[in-house]
Amino acid sequence: MGALHLKVNGDELDVAAPSHWTLLEVLRYRLGLTGSKQGCDKGDCGACTVLLDGKPVLSCLTLAAMIEHRAVTTIEGLMPAHIANGGTGADPIQDCFDRCGALQCGFCQSGMMLSARALLDRVEQPTPEQVREALSGNLCRCTGYTQIFQAIELALADRAGTKPAPRAWEAPRDTEAAPRQA
Amino acid sequence: MLRLPRFEVATPKTVGEAIARLAEAGPSAMVIAGGTDLLPNLKHELFTPELVVSLSAIEALRGVRVEDDGTLAIGAMTTLAEVAASELVQKHAPVLAQAASLVAGPQLRTMGTLGGNVLLDTRCQWYNQTYFWREALGFCMKKDGTKCHVVEGGKKCVAAASNDSAPALMTLGSLLEFEGPSGRRTQAIDDFWLADGIYNKKVAHAELLTEIRIPPTGPGHRGAYGKLRERGSIDFPLLGVAARVDVVAERITRADVVVTALAAQPKRIARVADVLVGVAARGEELDRAIEAVAASAAKQCNPLANIPGDHEWRKAMVPVFVRRTLRAAVDGNGPVHGD
Repeated sequence: MGALHLKVNGDELDVAAPSHWTLLEVLRYRLGLTGSKQGCDKGDCGACTVLLDGKPVLSCLTLAAMIEHRAVTTIEGLMPAHIANGGTGADPIQDCFDRCGALQCGFCQSGMMLSARALLDRVEQPTPEQVREALSGNLCRCTGYTQIFQAIELALADRAGTKPAPRAWEAPRDTEAAPRQA
Repeated sequence: MLRLPRFEVATPKTVGEAIARLAEAGPSAMVIAGGTDLLPNLKHELFTPELVVSLSAIEALRGVRVEDDGTLAIGAMTTLAEVAASELVQKHAPVLAQAASLVAGPQLRTMGTLGGNVLLDTRCQWYNQTYFWREALGFCMKKDGTKCHVVEGGKKCVAAASNDSAPALMTLGSLLEFEGPSGRRTQAIDDFWLADGIYNKKVAHAELLTEIRIPPTGPGHRGAYGKLRERGSIDFPLLGVAARVDVVAERITRADVVVTALAAQPKRIARVADVLVGVAARGEELDRAIEAVAASAAKQCNPLANIPGDHEWRKAMVPVFVRRTLRAAVDGNGPVHGD
């Protein structure tokens, strides 16, 4: 057991933890940051995704001792970082996941949102293929991914100041809805 | 929840310091690069080291550069994401950039390193399991037991080489640079493998892979990688095919195909150059030559029930992936992926 010097969500922390602990274990069981989920615990599911220097990594396969002094961002850090950068409310990705109902059980959601955040930080207007590729390391067993992709599409539209294309079942937005049949 | 066994972690800053720590600690020490292969294996209690020496703080092991003679030199700790995105790798060794881009998923490529992928432990569906699972079935010869669950009565472990980078590097004639307690050595990757699934690599304890060197490829060089897996991401290969084709004046001057995820070592398909060299790089003659190589590869490859995925399906996919990957290489396309 030794002191680890970690930088989590902008805070410099000295944490006492056994040297064989993963970053996920330190986050959840030392720092109480339980937003990062412990899913498969062996690199298959992506539920434990955090950002390390802005890039998505799996905290279940990262030894805490290997990432001392590097910037870790967990789901708990997204909104404070957004506000510190002059924003209001939740991070736009979180806001769009909320508006699109992009979850059912919610277990994969923090990893999904962090993978999406990293993509949007890297690419101004990613293509749908780039979005799918960026989220391909995060498994969701409930939603079928549709609303998740819609949420990111909405975030990209908000960023560009446009509206996302209407869904097949939606009335076109720029015309009056047809009057209902009596 | 899968806990790691107890161990200490060392984070040396130089290669020399890392070698000294490993040599001093003896066989109870292991090396960790990106950790994406080692940590699941530790969680499954396939290894129980007392000391884990991390190479993450050794900056000298990172980076891609082209030397004066055109050799592409890649530091062993360069991540797979960096290899895949490197314009130098894409230009000089397209097969390697493609193979790296298909390893696992985005997070694992950000963490995993090229050196780690070259040194990946062999995989088997009876081996990459928790202690509880393995104990319930009866241990296998690769770990804790004596039997083989893949080949009844088998005397030799047939766990599969599953590193996408290995066949790609073999088609490139790559050299591996090692540094150890007794100095440096250069090893051709073609002669690096052993036909033993328990440990399929010629590397001594405390020896570190420091650099991967790819000889100059020239302007006519083309290459492609094909990967069979059930999902489009995360999975290890059920079959990996690396193809190299050099084309000068519209004729093939050099050709090579290496297949992986079959047995303990990657397998070079025999007589590829005999069929392809001298053939025009388009037209019916090329079509016939590619068909001949695909048919020959199908005869030479016999996937075992060592990794997930129906082995008869994997066998049926050998000619399909050899054909598609060779075609992609000739056309300067790739990777070959999905259905």
